Amino acid sequence: MSTFYFIAFLSVFFSILVITAKNPVHSILYLILTFFTFTIHYILMNAQFLAIVNFIVYMGAILVLFLYTLMLINLNKESEPRKSNLVKIAGFIGGACFLITIVAALKAWGGSHPVVLTNSNLGLVKNLGKILFNEYLLPFEVSSILLLSAMVGAVLLATKDPKTA
Amino acid sequence: METLTNTIQGVPLNHYILLCSVIFSIGVIGVLIRRNAIVIFMSVELMLNSVNLLLTAFSVYRGDATGQVFVFFIMALAAAEVAVGLAIIVMIYRNTNSVDINVLNRLKW
Repeated sequence: MSTFYFIAFLSVFFSILVITAKNPVHSILYLILTFFTFTIHYILMNAQFLAIVNFIVYMGAILVLFLYTLMLINLNKESEPRKSNLVKIAGFIGGACFLITIVAALKAWGGSHPVVLTNSNLGLVKNLGKILFNEYLLPFEVSSILLLSAMVGAVLLATKDPKTA
Repeated sequence: METLTNTIQGVPLNHYILLCSVIFSIGVIGVLIRRNAIVIFMSVELMLNSVNLLLTAFSVYRGDATGQVFVFFIMALAAAEVAVGLAIIVMIYRNTNSVDINVLNRLKW
């Protein structure tokens, strides 16, 4: 039980560091640590398939893509310019109001039962694969079309040269 | 594995919702206060991941695997979004030599 609170603290701590780091590369590295704590959360909930997919897709593919893009566009010649503190304070107040609203709604709901793992093979690949290919076969195929169109769109966008086009 | 998953046995569902709300709000604040378009994208990823964690917690709480299937679809969506979004950011950088969102006022009116 205390493991959950320790990992939750680490998640919040690293995600605060993500949005406050000055250097965007540091921000990406903190985001990798945040996603690693999320993977630990999935393992604690015995969602093994999601833990592996989160590890491979997010920490392996998406964050490398972010890092690659950030290295491709060379930002260090002009560091992040001064943003007026008024906008920062306004953004912080807006987000804090959002959080307070959610927490107040949660308070109105009252107490809750603890999370208990009733079915121990709930998050295993075998169980999830059965559900994915029986009940959710059509959304699965539609998501493959979505990924294909995203790939075509990214290639079209990246290969167009602004000088000649 | 049994001893590992026994560690969540005493955690109320409220605490999962609180954790995910806090991380979602941090993502919202990040979108509002940062100017670098890539960092804004990373804040959006943070929001998507907090929702993923909450869906998984609800799925375990209810004993229903549907939530974890939805998390899988959200991950596919996030991968597509990142691929297209980063291509757009690279194009914007090639055209304007900047990813500062305050310079990008071409969609203003």
